[in-house]
Amino acid sequence: MEQNYNTRRSFLKSLGVTLGVAGLGVSSGVLTSCSKVSSVSPEGKIRLLTPGGTLVEVDASQLTPAEMPSLTDNQKRGRLGMEGKSWVMVIDLSKCRNARQCMAACQNHHQLRPEQHHINVLQMQDAEHTAPYYMPKPCMHCDNPPCTKVCPVNATFKRADGIVLIDNERCIGCRFCIAACPYSARVFNWFEPRDAEKYEGVTYNIEANVPQKKGTISKCLFSADLLRDGKLPSCVSACPNSVYWFGDRNEDAVTNGTTKETVSFSKLIRDNGAYTLMEELGTKPRVYYLPPKNRTFPFEGELIEKGHQG
Amino acid sequence: MNEIKSPEESRKSLDRIFRDLTRSITHRDEMSRFWLFILVMFAIVGVWGFIIQIQRGLGVTGMRDYVSWGAYIANFVFFVAVSLIGFLISSTLHLLKIEWSKPISRVAEQVAIAAVAMAGLIIVMDMGRPDRLQNVFLHGRFASPILWDLTVVTTYLVISVLLFYLPLIPDLALLRDRLTGVPEIQKKIYTVLALGWKGNEEQYRLVTHAMRILMILIIPVGLSIHTVTSWLFASTLRAGWDTTIFGPYFVSGAFVAGTAAVVMVMFVYRLRYRLKNYFTHHHFDMMGKLLVFVCLVYLYFNINEFLVPGYKMRLHEGIHLRELFAGGYSRMFWFVQIAGLILPIFLLLFKYFRRPFPMFLISFLVLVASWFKRYVIVIPTMEHPHLPVQNVPDYFKHYAPTSNEIVILLFGFVGALIIITLLAKLFPVISIWEYAHQQGIDKKYLTEKPENQ
Repeated sequence: MEQNYNTRRSFLKSLGVTLGVAGLGVSSGVLTSCSKVSSVSPEGKIRLLTPGGTLVEVDASQLTPAEMPSLTDNQKRGRLGMEGKSWVMVIDLSKCRNARQCMAACQNHHQLRPEQHHINVLQMQDAEHTAPYYMPKPCMHCDNPPCTKVCPVNATFKRADGIVLIDNERCIGCRFCIAACPYSARVFNWFEPRDAEKYEGVTYNIEANVPQKKGTISKCLFSADLLRDGKLPSCVSACPNSVYWFGDRNEDAVTNGTTKETVSFSKLIRDNGAYTLMEELGTKPRVYYLPPKNRTFPFEGELIEKGHQG
Repeated sequence: MNEIKSPEESRKSLDRIFRDLTRSITHRDEMSRFWLFILVMFAIVGVWGFIIQIQRGLGVTGMRDYVSWGAYIANFVFFVAVSLIGFLISSTLHLLKIEWSKPISRVAEQVAIAAVAMAGLIIVMDMGRPDRLQNVFLHGRFASPILWDLTVVTTYLVISVLLFYLPLIPDLALLRDRLTGVPEIQKKIYTVLALGWKGNEEQYRLVTHAMRILMILIIPVGLSIHTVTSWLFASTLRAGWDTTIFGPYFVSGAFVAGTAAVVMVMFVYRLRYRLKNYFTHHHFDMMGKLLVFVCLVYLYFNINEFLVPGYKMRLHEGIHLRELFAGGYSRMFWFVQIAGLILPIFLLLFKYFRRPFPMFLISFLVLVASWFKRYVIVIPTMEHPHLPVQNVPDYFKHYAPTSNEIVILLFGFVGALIIITLLAKLFPVISIWEYAHQQGIDKKYLTEKPENQ
């Protein structure tokens, strides 16, 4: 089910459709991909897939070309962020069973190769005799981000809504931000990205950092494109184990990606003793962790690097 | 300065000095052609490697997401380091009125220009998108240490070229007036570059004045160039880089590498262009002492850099230091410390080893160790980030340069050698007029037309 949802969404993504229904006569490139979801019936009706996921039939004469967001508009909007929002994520480590659906959904959404992780589920052990646990690690979207400070061309930047973004139309590939990030949150496109031919000519969407580009950086963006559509980030909604809470700190509300339950953010982190990762570095992360206590399942992983846990 | 000589003596000795010091320009044989041929071949291979890298992506190197800065960056730091010798010898020692280093100034400037020019090229070759270099100028953010580095590297290159060129002008006039047996075009180049030098007091006064300004200007720039380069590392939160002594640590290490490079070039010139009377035992002796001195300073910083965190062994520092002292990088680390620092200090305390040939061998060792020193600074730190490296292929975890990467790395060395060779083939490797002046030959003889022409 999760898988279906993601495939469908990425279809729409590749069409460049964000709102409304995909239409005819946009450009030949779009038309070719359109044929994958729509077909013309003999009566002049057209079948289309709505972003909600229902298949509808529309009279061909009723169709008007959809607005394709231009690259400049995309870039401008992407740099400003969503007004009045202050996105935060809460990761409940007591729930994570290493299902890795988040990783799969993320790689699917952001067109990543199997070894590229915007979110990586790590097997952690803090000290020699402490209990090991699984720790999903996205970008921390720090409020004092070491990565954006060092960027020589302002290709990575902090938006007003808290998200740290990448502009891979501008990135020069110096990889200083990778060196600066203490959370190893950033990846680089060492070769042509996955499915490069398939996405050739597709307008770049800064809020999803797709299509990826060779020689540039990529990283977790809290699925900024989905947030704009009022949806949760891919990893959050893909999780089967209620690990992720996501929401707006200004509204003091976070929603669980699995149960869709919405609770008070401040109460959640207060009641569960939430912490941030390596707060001693002063990076002020926007991702909060709830400690891995009262787990009802065993840790089945093997610790790969003994004596090298954060 | 020697005693003032009589007119005949002056003319004769000026002729001899001119002949000796232009030998690098007039002397042409199979050997020099072969040397250039080899260099150009290697350079072509390097360019070919770079083209492949552009086409297929930076993935043709051994770098991956965790070790995302590799040997290119080590190479860059090495060349920036070597270039610093220009400012030490031709400016600092000059301003301190130290006489022995004067004939070495031009060699030091050659090395500085070659090294800093290559450093600039290497950093472009390390970029994922060299085609977007213009973004640095279009969208440059001055808060990024890369911008600072770019600024000081270009400034340093400009000042170094000027410091090479200004004291060369009187020599260019000499070459224009006296040199025979070179192609017409080369003579034309000298004529143009000599800027109509006549050799009157006013012109000398201007050159000396301008040089003095440049020599003072290059001190802050020279110090900044390597300090800022060290900040590329020190401005991050990584164990092994996150230290406050990186600036002076890098600067002192740079003098070690640069002194060694200059000694090697001096030795080759002395041999190839028969300059035994110009680069004398005394010069090598003094350079040996200089090398010991800068090595001692560098040793002091090394002790600070490793002993203090080694005493505490804080979690990540501890992992990093264990890797260096006894882990996968221990052989390289101890080679660098012993062969590149302790051994030279010990050997060069003896006069026997401060002779030209032993100095050449020791300098070679020091230079090799200096390169690996940069490697050991850059790579082990990247292999051990704060969080465990998981869910990636094994080759992401350990870095080793690929063959494609190595040919590009070699391009740096070959490029620097080509620049040095061309400079030696075009211009005297020791300032003729300054040397003549030191020998007590009056400036007026420099502008005389030689009798035998």
